[in-house]
Amino acid sequence: MHSDRKSPLLLRIVAFGGIIFLHFPIAVIIMYAFNTEESAFSFPLQGFTFRWFAAAFERRDIVDAIILSLKVATMATTIAMVLGTMAAAALYRKKFFGRETITLMFILPIALPGIITGVALLSAFRMAGWELNYWTIVAGHATFCVVVIYNNVIARFRRTSQNLIEASMDLGADGIQTFFHIILPNIATSLLAGGVLAFALSFDEIIVTTFTAGPERTLPIWLLNQLTRPRDVPITNVVAVMVMAATMIPILAAYYLTQGTESIEGSSK
Amino acid sequence: MPFAVELLNVSRSYGKVRALDHVTVAIKEGEFFSMLGPSGSGKTTCLRLIAGFDQPSTGTVLIQGHDATGQPPYERDVNTVFQDYALFPHMTILENIGYGLKVKKVPRQEVRERALQALEMVALPDFGHRKPSQLSGGQRQRIALARALVNRPKVLLLDEPLGALDLKLREQMQIELKRLQRQLGITFIYVTHDQGEALSMSDRVAVFNAGKLEQVDTPQNLYRRPTTIFVAGFVGTANVVRSETSRLITERDTPFSIRPEHITLILEGSKPRDIQILGRLIDIQYYGAHSRYEVEVEAGQLFSVQVASDQLDATVLPSVGAQVMIGWDRSSMISLDEC
Amino acid sequence: MTHATADTNLPRHFSTYLYRHGTLYLLLLLTPPLLWFGIVYLGSLFALLIQSFYTFDDFSMTVLPRFTLKNYQGLFAAANLDIVLRTFSMAASVSVFCACLGFPIAYYMARYATGWQRGFFYIAVLLPMWASYIVKAYSWTVILAKGGIVYWFIDKAGLTPLIEALLDIPFLGGNTLSTSHLGRFLVFSYIWLPFMILPIQASIERINPNLLAASADLGARPSQTFTTVLLPLATPGVIAGSIFTFCLTFGDFIIPTLVGPSGLFIGTMVYTQQGAIGNIPMAAAFTVVPIIVIGLYLIFAKRMGAFDAL
Repeated sequence: MHSDRKSPLLLRIVAFGGIIFLHFPIAVIIMYAFNTEESAFSFPLQGFTFRWFAAAFERRDIVDAIILSLKVATMATTIAMVLGTMAAAALYRKKFFGRETITLMFILPIALPGIITGVALLSAFRMAGWELNYWTIVAGHATFCVVVIYNNVIARFRRTSQNLIEASMDLGADGIQTFFHIILPNIATSLLAGGVLAFALSFDEIIVTTFTAGPERTLPIWLLNQLTRPRDVPITNVVAVMVMAATMIPILAAYYLTQGTESIEGSSK
Repeated sequence: MPFAVELLNVSRSYGKVRALDHVTVAIKEGEFFSMLGPSGSGKTTCLRLIAGFDQPSTGTVLIQGHDATGQPPYERDVNTVFQDYALFPHMTILENIGYGLKVKKVPRQEVRERALQALEMVALPDFGHRKPSQLSGGQRQRIALARALVNRPKVLLLDEPLGALDLKLREQMQIELKRLQRQLGITFIYVTHDQGEALSMSDRVAVFNAGKLEQVDTPQNLYRRPTTIFVAGFVGTANVVRSETSRLITERDTPFSIRPEHITLILEGSKPRDIQILGRLIDIQYYGAHSRYEVEVEAGQLFSVQVASDQLDATVLPSVGAQVMIGWDRSSMISLDEC
Repeated sequence: MTHATADTNLPRHFSTYLYRHGTLYLLLLLTPPLLWFGIVYLGSLFALLIQSFYTFDDFSMTVLPRFTLKNYQGLFAAANLDIVLRTFSMAASVSVFCACLGFPIAYYMARYATGWQRGFFYIAVLLPMWASYIVKAYSWTVILAKGGIVYWFIDKAGLTPLIEALLDIPFLGGNTLSTSHLGRFLVFSYIWLPFMILPIQASIERINPNLLAASADLGARPSQTFTTVLLPLATPGVIAGSIFTFCLTFGDFIIPTLVGPSGLFIGTMVYTQQGAIGNIPMAAAFTVVPIIVIGLYLIFAKRMGAFDAL
């Protein structure tokens, strides 16, 4: 839906202004990460340095938090990829009683505020008498990551012509062969894109994690602790930039993975 | 010799909708067999039951004399050419063609040789390394054909394979398909809604309507001796006259049909016909070699009359609105069943 | 492909069995995800619901499994109603502001961004949307801090009296920008803005351009076409966007902790109850409020056709 007319000047100003507004805080935090001054958030900046990056990686607590966050995100994404793909494969075509309900249930963990999921998980773990640890964090993250995978994969399933599966079986491939030769290659990029997004979502998650982490500290939890009791401001800034990169690079990757899949041959339905 | 494919009293329902209603038909070995009907008539459902993509609600499907009911597609010796070709987008053309052989564990070298032969057969020998998206519609169509035929199926199913092609290409492919079928001697089951296509290519045609089989016959017989009102109206152009009107015109109760080319304008000096009737000319459509005159007679019945362009002297032809006499011989009338 | 090979081939056998028993195949695929969600997620929500009826002993600071309605009665205390009202008005005003700011951006993206601008705008909205939530919130505390960027610019522009007058207004102001309602409102709006832009953009993009051409052809001026054709058709997108801005604000507890004055939000209240005090029953009862409000909001959104625009 594009018009050939030139856009009104005011509209253009608002549009580009809005984009600048959206990127402004990101730019600021990157700038501060290289600021030489140690104490506060004063502006203008004093000078340019890399030394806070080096300092951050010498801190044992930061490295531990990074490793924990990576481990959680990897495990949660793996579980979500398996569960989400199975759900998408089951639900994309067949209509049966209760299908809508199941779909709604998958969406619920991101539709309801994280605090509800968080408190719910915490109260359940308490009731069951479980210690809060790595696995309780993973359980929470995997639950809200499923829907990301599910949405990505089911969209591709729907775009992939049912005829491709029928054609494969027609040519003599059974269900298992069809899955590996036809279905998997066709959903691969969307599965990967979903996985990358789920990873970013898990890596950055703070609200549910606050309740399920117990004594463990993921990178966002570490960051939040810093913010409520400000100290080591320059190192906090550096960690902030790292978390930012860990969430923004995956979205770029996902964008390029799913680009141009709208008009692939055989998916014209 | 058993039939290539046999459907015995087959029905298929989706919920309350009956897509196929007690169909029994036998397709002979080596035959070019078409299933013709409007969309939603059950012809595609029929094809899917033969391919194994769908299972009948009741009834039996026999392939080469064996009961195939309940058998998955990959255990049937039939292959399909899909309407949208269904070429695998992530494989090259050669991989697409070799796929059926590969999953059947045919040695790699043989897969390659046979795939190349198949490419040769459809006259696209140099296209093996391209992706489907780099091919034109007509080329994809040929690749889909090659991919199915390379498996040397006993029966080839074609689901409106030429539907997406433009007219010239379609006519060319019709000739080519017919040639291939004769050359390979494989049974072709061809689904189409285009009656011209069905008539020109087939040994026999099955006409479907609303899930039921109306008539199975040779193209000549379908055209000359349709047995139902639906077939008479759907195959070629026909003036179908139902019983009430028939009584007024012929003094008999049987509904009948008459082809436009069998009706003539009765002008001064024309040879008299068995049945002659007065009407009003309401429209003329010009088609080049001939024209169609639409004539309204009593009881609102319309007749299409085909007039060859060189048949009559232009000066004596009536103009729209004029009273005209039309007529035909009883021998060219086809009696029909009521429904 | 004879029957003989099928009989000796186990995977093939398995495939065929599943092919013939479609329901079993479906069940096999659905069981693991359903088990996970049934146990981990629904089980947890159920545990939460049960605990909201438990008794919290104020003296021993422990939870006792004795059923009571006291927690729900407690919700209606004046202080708690205040919290709900405060959260609600923030969620509502953030949604309205995001819609007003997001619409022109989305409109420009859908109607005027062509060529390189298309991809650019899409990515430019997507990136800040996905960029770390906690870092974005943190960045705003840096920007709004006394002696930070905003104050520096205000000072250079000589607008200090203006900002001080602004901060003196009740319900808007506070001591400094970063401890004011205004600051909190700004941060909320910033963080959820992309969630508003994308659904609106999608719904404008879906409008058949011929409809706009038809409107013009029938004599409507561009402004009339905008208000009578484009705006009504884009409304489901706005509502869809507001689902995010409203619900996300309603349940948030990080931003109210980091930016703004001390008054509690629903999220901070839940967090405080379960954390510092350990009163999980009260926290559980409090989560019922967002569940009900958001549930009602979703019903409203569905009526407005917003779900098709998601």
